[in-house]
Amino acid sequence: MKYLKETPSQTAGPYVHIGLAPRAAGFDIFKQELGWDIAGPNAKGERIRVEGCVYDGTGAPIKDVLIEAWQANADGHYAHPEDGRGVEDGFRGWGRVITDFDTGLWGFDTIKPGATPGRNGTTQAPHINLWIVARGINLGLNTRMYFDDCDNSDDPVLNLIEQAHRRQTLIATRSEGDKGVTYRFDIRIQGQDETVFLDI
Amino acid sequence: MKPAEYYMRDRLHHPPAKSENYKTSVTRSPQYALLSLENSLSEITGPVFSHSDIDPLDNDLLKNYSHSGDPIGERIIVHGRVLDENARPVPNTLVEIWQANAGGRYRHKKDTYLAPIDPNFGGCGRTMTDQDGYYYFRTVKPGAYPWRNWVNNWRPAHIHFSIFGAAFAQRLITQLYFEGDPLITKCPIVQTVPDADAIDQLVAKLDMNASVPLDSIAYRFDIVLRGRRSTLFENRLEGN
Repeated sequence: MKYLKETPSQTAGPYVHIGLAPRAAGFDIFKQELGWDIAGPNAKGERIRVEGCVYDGTGAPIKDVLIEAWQANADGHYAHPEDGRGVEDGFRGWGRVITDFDTGLWGFDTIKPGATPGRNGTTQAPHINLWIVARGINLGLNTRMYFDDCDNSDDPVLNLIEQAHRRQTLIATRSEGDKGVTYRFDIRIQGQDETVFLDI
Repeated sequence: MKPAEYYMRDRLHHPPAKSENYKTSVTRSPQYALLSLENSLSEITGPVFSHSDIDPLDNDLLKNYSHSGDPIGERIIVHGRVLDENARPVPNTLVEIWQANAGGRYRHKKDTYLAPIDPNFGGCGRTMTDQDGYYYFRTVKPGAYPWRNWVNNWRPAHIHFSIFGAAFAQRLITQLYFEGDPLITKCPIVQTVPDADAIDQLVAKLDMNASVPLDSIAYRFDIVLRGRRSTLFENRLEGN
């Protein structure tokens, strides 16, 4: 059988910001950068902030990482024709963030997603899909962030993780402070407490 | 027939996470096996973009940061199609590029290479594919530049590409190289790709027919994203 082969991946490199977040690289070129507003003004649901660091195998924060987020709205609908159940006007569900060059901290504002349909009639607990690229990452890493105040016990993906203690690496921790509700989600690329990454 | 899952990504066709000769990957590569998932709605959906997200000039790197004239360098056209593994076009998908200038210098506050910044070159562009999956950019050919890995490593001239496709499962970042560049075989980043045919997919070919006489020389670069199965029998992805 004759099929084409997927184009092989190459690292995003250290200057990924030029293409995907030029203001962070230090210049203004596009009228609008993409990915800074995930939920839009009309989205229902709880407004939240998600923050974290990405750590390398030595435990140091990675300061040149870029993360993309893909999520459903508060009803668990994705803004995509193959979902088709509809979302609020202006809700895209996609975001793009970079880390602070000095601290490695990243963060984005969004709304808490609802549960989404899984395969074969199952229900997936609320989660945000994440894709991580950086210098030294040869093929973008996929993972998911779940919420520690949700019932994740029946989630079909978390339950696929054989070592039950590793499921915790996909669960963000809620806190409430002056800035509102924040979920902390640290990603460990390698080593002890390594995040579970997904081959989707 | 309705479309079903995306074909499994052939990870033997991609670079492994850890490539000893590309040093930065050593501590930025997971040690545990990835958890393989069958597609759910979370994977077969992905962000949708439209022409209103971008500007018409965004695909012209000769003009999109021009202040006092065109940038220095060899004027080139980079064009091709975004296809899936079934050889079907991927229409209306966002393609973003970034690159160094003709001297091998990036417009980035973290790049400290000796070669000068070009005041008329930003180095990034973006466009949407048309109904046939076709895209094109106009730019200058980027220069090679040194990087810290072994003591004397040089990146071959390259343009970074970011492609979305129709689903989060198709998301891809890669790099375009130029036919005939002797640095390709010497580059530890290129050589993370384990297969010679796979590397050849990353090499844009000189395209004389698409070149504009007395103006710009063209390179052809087709991009392939993951393909998708069709549902022959009713076993629905989303349950019930």
